[in-house]
Amino acid sequence: MSLRSPLGKVRGLGSAKEGVAHWWAQRMTAVALVPLLIWFVASICVMTGADYDAFRDWIATPLVSVLLVLLAIAVFHHAQLGLQVVIEDYVHAEWLKIASIALVKFAAIGLAVATVFSIVKIALG
Amino acid sequence: MASQNRPLSPHLQVYKPQLTSVLSITHRATGIALAAGTLLLVCWLLAAATGESAFADVQAFNASWIGKLLLFGWSYALFYHMCNGIRHLFWDAGKGLELETAYMTGRLVVAASIVLTVGVWVWAYASMGAF
Repeated sequence: MSLRSPLGKVRGLGSAKEGVAHWWAQRMTAVALVPLLIWFVASICVMTGADYDAFRDWIATPLVSVLLVLLAIAVFHHAQLGLQVVIEDYVHAEWLKIASIALVKFAAIGLAVATVFSIVKIALG
Repeated sequence: MASQNRPLSPHLQVYKPQLTSVLSITHRATGIALAAGTLLLVCWLLAAATGESAFADVQAFNASWIGKLLLFGWSYALFYHMCNGIRHLFWDAGKGLELETAYMTGRLVVAASIVLTVGVWVWAYASMGAF
């Protein structure tokens, strides 16, 4: 016979009350990404065939630098939120699930920092 | 633990694939593909920040047949995920959940993503002076 109370048994097994923030951040980054990506894809189309200097000059334009940084933040935040849900749905071994999610989050932060740093380096010459 | 053996929904193997379910799993697949595709985006910006020869290497990869194939795939994945993502945002607002509407918007997403992908590649080649 267990001396644990029914409440004690279920504590920590239910909702951590963080789902709404995750869900909402996924939607808000999605909304931000629609105009940012339309701008980005259109710019890449215009820049196709541009050489190294023309490409760097384009990145260094203040409005472009700012939009690229915003795009990088929104993309990597949206991507890691989405990949987390995919992992939670399909990976059932607890240790592997936690390790995979941690790997995704570390990678997203690393790639976002690399992107933002590159943009800032080019922008500041 | 007993909960490990609980049946998980949905049992894909007992369902006939439908437009709605195929588009749903495609949204996931394109999302994963796009996350992988960010690696090229990062390489490209890092190379531009590193120097001319590094940038030339990435541009050479982009211009190779495998590079073009990947870029084409990612451009389609991007447009599909964006169009279907907008469809999802309408659903989140409680709009367009009727079966008939969901099928209509599903077909619209497929058509729009194909048109946008082809349009973007025509535009890109045109700005290089290919036509």
